[in-house]
Amino acid sequence: MSDVKVRLVNVVKEFPSQEKSGQTRAVDGISFDIYDGEFFAMLGPSGCGKTTTLRMIAGFEQPTSGEIILDGVPMQGVPAFQRPVNTVFQDYVLFPHMTVLQNVMFGLQMAKVPQAEARRRAQDALDLVRLPKVAERKPRELSGGQQQRVALARALVNRPSVLLLDEPLGALDLKLRREMQVELKAMQTELGITFVYVTHDQEEALTMADRIAVMAGGHVLQIGTPSAIYETPNSRFVADFIGETNFLEAQLVRRQGAEGIVALDDDTQVRVALPERGISDDQLVTLAIRPERLVIQPYNSAPPLPDGWEEVVGHVGQVQYIGTDMRYYVRIGGHHVRVRAQNATAATAHLIREREVVRLRWQRDNARLLIQ
Amino acid sequence: MVSQIATPLEVRQQQIVDRARRTRQLHRVGKVGLIVAPLAGYFFLWAPIVLLVAFSFNASSSLATWSGFSFQWYQTIFDGAIGSGSPNSFSSRLMLNALGNSVLVALIATLISCVIGTLVALSLARGRYPGKRLLSGLLYAPIIIPDVTQGVSLALFFKVVFDFIHMVSGERPVTGFTTIIIGHVAFNISYVAIVVGARLADMNPRYEEAAADLGAGPWQAFRRVTLPLLMPGIIAGGLLAFTMSLDDFVITFFLSGVGTTTLPLYVYSLLKVSVTPEINAISTVMLIASTAFVGASLWFQGNATKTAA
Repeated sequence: MSDVKVRLVNVVKEFPSQEKSGQTRAVDGISFDIYDGEFFAMLGPSGCGKTTTLRMIAGFEQPTSGEIILDGVPMQGVPAFQRPVNTVFQDYVLFPHMTVLQNVMFGLQMAKVPQAEARRRAQDALDLVRLPKVAERKPRELSGGQQQRVALARALVNRPSVLLLDEPLGALDLKLRREMQVELKAMQTELGITFVYVTHDQEEALTMADRIAVMAGGHVLQIGTPSAIYETPNSRFVADFIGETNFLEAQLVRRQGAEGIVALDDDTQVRVALPERGISDDQLVTLAIRPERLVIQPYNSAPPLPDGWEEVVGHVGQVQYIGTDMRYYVRIGGHHVRVRAQNATAATAHLIREREVVRLRWQRDNARLLIQ
Repeated sequence: MVSQIATPLEVRQQQIVDRARRTRQLHRVGKVGLIVAPLAGYFFLWAPIVLLVAFSFNASSSLATWSGFSFQWYQTIFDGAIGSGSPNSFSSRLMLNALGNSVLVALIATLISCVIGTLVALSLARGRYPGKRLLSGLLYAPIIIPDVTQGVSLALFFKVVFDFIHMVSGERPVTGFTTIIIGHVAFNISYVAIVVGARLADMNPRYEEAAADLGAGPWQAFRRVTLPLLMPGIIAGGLLAFTMSLDDFVITFFLSGVGTTTLPLYVYSLLKVSVTPEINAISTVMLIASTAFVGASLWFQGNATKTAA
């Protein structure tokens, strides 16, 4: 698990810009390692450079500068057809003039695998993706979900060193997407092949990936395990892009060791852990806290505040009932905060009403201080 | 005394009535323009052809009077083809000889222009060099340049080339099959390149990436993926080129030599002497053949767009 499979060193990719003769940087100097057997996701909004990075690993694009190293071999000048990687494309790109079996056998034939063995391995790959009976059909006769599986079989049959997946579930409906997430992860664990997975869907990245690289504007903002990215986002962008977050503008009033007291407004001060990096007094900061980590209590009948918890008082605005959850919009001074509470029992649903005064509580380490 | 001055309401009502009448009149003019004029257009376009086809089934050899339905002129052509001795078999055999020349020229010219035209389309679509827009535009030459101009220019071109060969080797080549085929290839390349180019523009460039991703080198990717996907376009372009070649008169006229009379040239030469009913029959056959080829070409192009995306 510690062998480096793919190493990117300061990779830059520039494309000729649309207007005039300038260059746009799609990828702006990124470096990271992907380990052997890892499920690695590149997550970001469209235009963040994730697909360009994947295409550079595949060899469809050449980096403007920087280095891509695969299995210890620099890939500079190595064309796509000589790289030990295979790609599952977003729109599958199955060859329409070949049958499913011919599609899956294509890579093996290019590798000069004997016909009988190629046929057997292709059939095994189709069994693996649970499509044993469509071998003689043409791709257009299959449903989108089936085509997606064929694309997967066509790539996996070659036993690639790294499998590259470019938003492979993007065209499927939600239910099928959830099923495929489970299957993909199971397949990756079973085969032990390194997956590099590009997606803009945070749920896909969180559910499947061992590690996630969050990208924006051609940069990698943060790399970490799903829980590290979710629990300790290092920037407002990451906190906002992954999951939902309340951002409260605040001011650092004073420090107390590793913690600081920040003022949300003239009447409200809370205690929060200070980030490791330097922070000066009176600096404007942002308090980030996720809606589901806030506990809402009626003002008068709340239990005593436990140790290590913070509390502020607010006024309830709108209350939304969404079945599994309740969503409250609470005003704290000038701040608007979203709160999410699970409806564990039917009775909790209507405990708190609009215009009520409430206490909002959170465990101290669930709030993060982001420097503006 | 009752006032004759209309109230504002009556004026407005009158205006609406007037405007409605004017609209109706305009509609009537429009109907004449949109129905009669197109009908006249279609009449002049198709009536001569209908007449030609009808008279190819005329029992008498007269081109003026209808004297009953008959297949005899088709019979004459057919007899000529299998060489049985009917009274008209000599002229029929000349005609079939011309038909043979036409088909031979069209086949060879089509095959050559399919290869070159496809390469031109690929180069224009995939190449990275300046002036591609201009070069694409120049492909439309055969559609824009008058046939006469192209014919004369090719004749002049070959004269210059032949003069040069004569000067160098002492031998003087003559016009014939080779010059006709070169001339036909020259305009057919455009048709093939345009049709194949359209197919290429529709084709998802990811197919070639997918082939490379699966380990196919440039040649393998072309042979196993690009070429099969382009094939409907190449066949469509080829059928179009074949049709253009088969019924070209003007350019062939400038480039033909002794013994290389194609069917259109032969038909024209007959017309100078007399119009025989066989001409009607053979023209009808050519009409059907051309329609079939162009129809097939369109079918392939239509099917192409369905599978290319």
